[in-house]
Amino acid sequence: MLRFLFRRLLYGLVVLWVVTTLTFAMLRALPGGPFDSQRRLPPEVMANIEAKYHLDEPLLKQYGRYLAGVVQGDFGPSYKYLDRNVADIIADTFPTSTLLGLLALAFALIFSFPLGVLAAKYRDGWADRACSFVATLGISVPHFVLGALLIWLFSLKLGWFQAARWGRPTSAVLPMVTLGAAPFSYLSFLIRSSLLETLREDFIRTARAKGLKEIAVLWKHALSNSLIPVLTVLGPLFAALITGSFVVEYVFAIPGMGRFFITAVTDRDYPLIIGVTLVYTAVLVVANLVVDIFYSLVDPRIKTR
Amino acid sequence: MTKQLWNEMRRSPLILASLAFVCLVTAAGAAAPLIAPYAPGGFEEMRLLEAPSRDHWLGTDELGRDVLTRILYGARVSIAVGIGTAAIALMIGALYGLISGYVGGQVDNLLMRIVDIFYGLPDLLVFILLSLFFGRNIAGVLLTLALVTWVRFARITRSQVLQAKELVYVEGARAIGASHARILLRHILPNILAPVLVTLTFSIPAAILAESTLSFIGLGINDPYSAWGTSWGTLAQDGWRAMRSYPHIIFFPALAIFLTILAFNFLGNGLRDILDPKGR
Repeated sequence: MLRFLFRRLLYGLVVLWVVTTLTFAMLRALPGGPFDSQRRLPPEVMANIEAKYHLDEPLLKQYGRYLAGVVQGDFGPSYKYLDRNVADIIADTFPTSTLLGLLALAFALIFSFPLGVLAAKYRDGWADRACSFVATLGISVPHFVLGALLIWLFSLKLGWFQAARWGRPTSAVLPMVTLGAAPFSYLSFLIRSSLLETLREDFIRTARAKGLKEIAVLWKHALSNSLIPVLTVLGPLFAALITGSFVVEYVFAIPGMGRFFITAVTDRDYPLIIGVTLVYTAVLVVANLVVDIFYSLVDPRIKTR
Repeated sequence: MTKQLWNEMRRSPLILASLAFVCLVTAAGAAAPLIAPYAPGGFEEMRLLEAPSRDHWLGTDELGRDVLTRILYGARVSIAVGIGTAAIALMIGALYGLISGYVGGQVDNLLMRIVDIFYGLPDLLVFILLSLFFGRNIAGVLLTLALVTWVRFARITRSQVLQAKELVYVEGARAIGASHARILLRHILPNILAPVLVTLTFSIPAAILAESTLSFIGLGINDPYSAWGTSWGTLAQDGWRAMRSYPHIIFFPALAIFLTILAFNFLGNGLRDILDPKGR
């Protein structure tokens, strides 16, 4: 068990290192630099700037300096926000993205459960049809289309919610729904399929044969057994929500990590780009690790691998 | 197989409608220069931000350009990106998966570890990083999207090859001394075609969605002199900035994006249900 976890952890670190190195190499290979602007700077000024950010050193030395910094939690200075370093910006924005992801996940869970259960219970009924339709809808609506639609309807037409900003509880509703719509459809379908599979098992037939009420069979016996696949996707799903909220943050002007990432890319703020990429990758690695731990707790066979 | 497939598809109105819509969008994009009511770069500086009317069926944007014309030209970008991405990704991914699954052993292990790293990263993040590298023209975006999408094909092809490899008649072919190429092409490939086709159908709308999203946040195709037309995502971005007062400008591009992606996904669903009835 411990050896298994250790190996997974090591693999995660390798992934992080590979991603950092690839991103670093790719950004350095780009033509043009972050300090190219409309007006050409005098060469002395350019040399000064490059010296300040160690851009005049050989590439390998820069790379070594960067890695050494990252290990100590220092992602270097931001090129665009002159008085802040990347670690500060991430520390400021990461909680916002996490909160948004959590809200979206909660929204998806609360609404997908009833739909999935109803769809499985009344197979081929209206709930089932709604469930399959929603499943396709969920992968078909881009965030910006849904976000724009919700803003138009609920904040411009009806005036119920704010269209942008972050801070008041009501301002979180529309972004939460926009980000949570896809996981909602995905989870509904997953719960439905998982429940349908469990309902075919022998112990369900036994429970029914014992004369248990259908509601007890469904809630106590079937549902608790069909939860495992749902629980195992929650980790990666949460990670996907934190790392996939760029567009939602952009549309609703939420000061999260994704929005900073988009501006960082536009501004060519290289340290910020690598920093955010690294944090995103770390979130995914941790989520997968959690799933591995969870699996090994639920399914003892994993330990022997 | 094609005939069987068509017979099954004919029975579902949803699949037929989706197929018809997909064909319509493709045809509209291909024939945009012939059917568009205005020239692609044309604008009327006295008719800005107009609501739909007889002259401009879908209205005009903030520079007085006809929205219908822009959407028709935008269809070429979306369809080209969708099909192009899927085709490139299929070629890379299927070959990779074929080798990985057929050779097996340590090679397979190594190749799949590489795939795992790609597969784990958030798609949009990789899109954005790669688009920096490959540039914001249509070829660059195609490459960017294909480099993320091929992983799906590699995985599905590999797992199918692993299964097909064990089939009795493949063993038979090997026993009578058939060459590797012959076994792969004649015996394994036909077996794995169905799931690869389903993956292909699903990766087209995924690419269209990714491209329009990239363009919406201003990181997609950015080539004002392109003869191709402007991405629907860029049109939506133009409309987004004017949405408070002129919601119709974002409405039509957004609807075009949504319906096209939806139609492709319904088509993919239908194909999957027909080709793999156990899935449902």
